[in-house]
Amino acid sequence: MEISLNVNGTAHSLEVPANTLLSDILRERLRLTGTHVGCDTSQCGACVVHVNGDAVKSCTVLAGQANGASVTTIEGIGTPDDLHPMQTAFRDNHALQCGFCTPGMIMSAIELVEKNDGLTEQAVRDGLEGNLCRCTGYHNIVKAVLAAARQM
Amino acid sequence: MYAFSYHKPATAQEAADLMASADEGAYLAGGMTLVPTLKQRLAAPSDVIDLTGIHGLRGIRTLDGKVKVGATTRHAEVAANEHIPVLADLAGRIGDPHVRNCGTLGGSVANSDPAADYPAAVVALDATVHTNKRAIAGDEFFKGLFETALEDGEIVTAVDFRAPSAAAYAKFPNPASRYAVVGVLVARYGDQVRVGVTGAGPCAFRAANIEAALAADFRPGAVDDVGIDYGDFNADLHASAEYRGHLVRVLAKRAVAQIGSADSG
Repeated sequence: MEISLNVNGTAHSLEVPANTLLSDILRERLRLTGTHVGCDTSQCGACVVHVNGDAVKSCTVLAGQANGASVTTIEGIGTPDDLHPMQTAFRDNHALQCGFCTPGMIMSAIELVEKNDGLTEQAVRDGLEGNLCRCTGYHNIVKAVLAAARQM
Repeated sequence: MYAFSYHKPATAQEAADLMASADEGAYLAGGMTLVPTLKQRLAAPSDVIDLTGIHGLRGIRTLDGKVKVGATTRHAEVAANEHIPVLADLAGRIGDPHVRNCGTLGGSVANSDPAADYPAAVVALDATVHTNKRAIAGDEFFKGLFETALEDGEIVTAVDFRAPSAAAYAKFPNPASRYAVVGVLVARYGDQVRVGVTGAGPCAFRAANIEAALAADFRPGAVDDVGIDYGDFNADLHASAEYRGHLVRVLAKRAVAQIGSADSG
């Protein structure tokens, strides 16, 4: 099927099989490999991107569902010279170890901060329920999100 | 995933026509259950029919003490709506934020997963399930494990919930999936009490004996001596049927306590 989508401000038209996942379109067709696929079973959150402003697990979105959407990936929020405040906060708070979960954590955290005022530590922990970090790094991740919330 | 054709019709009639003409059609209403099922090759539909493009199915309206939630309204939208606080609270505890940004009310109730949260609200909040063909009483909607009163191809269009005078939803979530191992919604309508239970049995049901005990004496202790027949309850690696029976009583007491403290506070 033919789909069109806007990814990080760039319009794309693609011919893809209907059983293609958004995560595969991003990684394999557009070579945006910052979006990671961890569990591939909708649990780990490494594949989280924003679709029309909402954080979703891109491994659980069909091509047709993404047709016409505006998508933001980890590549779309900052550059190495001009990091997003959330990326800066993750760096400053040592909120990553292996880094595999980080793109999804950051995309989830940005939505969390953008949609909620006055976040508490508990609200951040609840808000990151859909993202797993297997380096057990949650403590510093929560610190980073709270720090970024003060900057954003 | 096996190959399939994807459709996104603009009307319920068009969707029903596509379903009728498909070798094996599957409705998609958010995909939080269907897409993982497809990925595991547990289903092989010839045609996936996405209902989220149908006009008029998304949104929340109030009417005569009832709240009408369109079938393709996402959990996050219900969670942010304050017309029925207990419904917002329940929706805000489904899955995780990403699931709540995609999953829909209609998809949840039509699937009748025994551990889904919304079915407890459908039976406890005196709901009416509207479809493209008729209106079905919430008490008559859930028929068994992944089985509802829906006929082949019938589409849920909206669910009406009746606003209670007070209510609370107590849930024992599976810590990994956040599905309800058991969830109990207790709702007061004046002197009447309705108790909806999910997670425990093959599908959501009303606990008539707990309702009777609470109608006579609305305190947590009133549930202590109510017998819970767990004979047909679910048993899996997470909880035995007996343990689920225990949870029904404990969660009903917690919900009553929560309502009681809100009343006095």
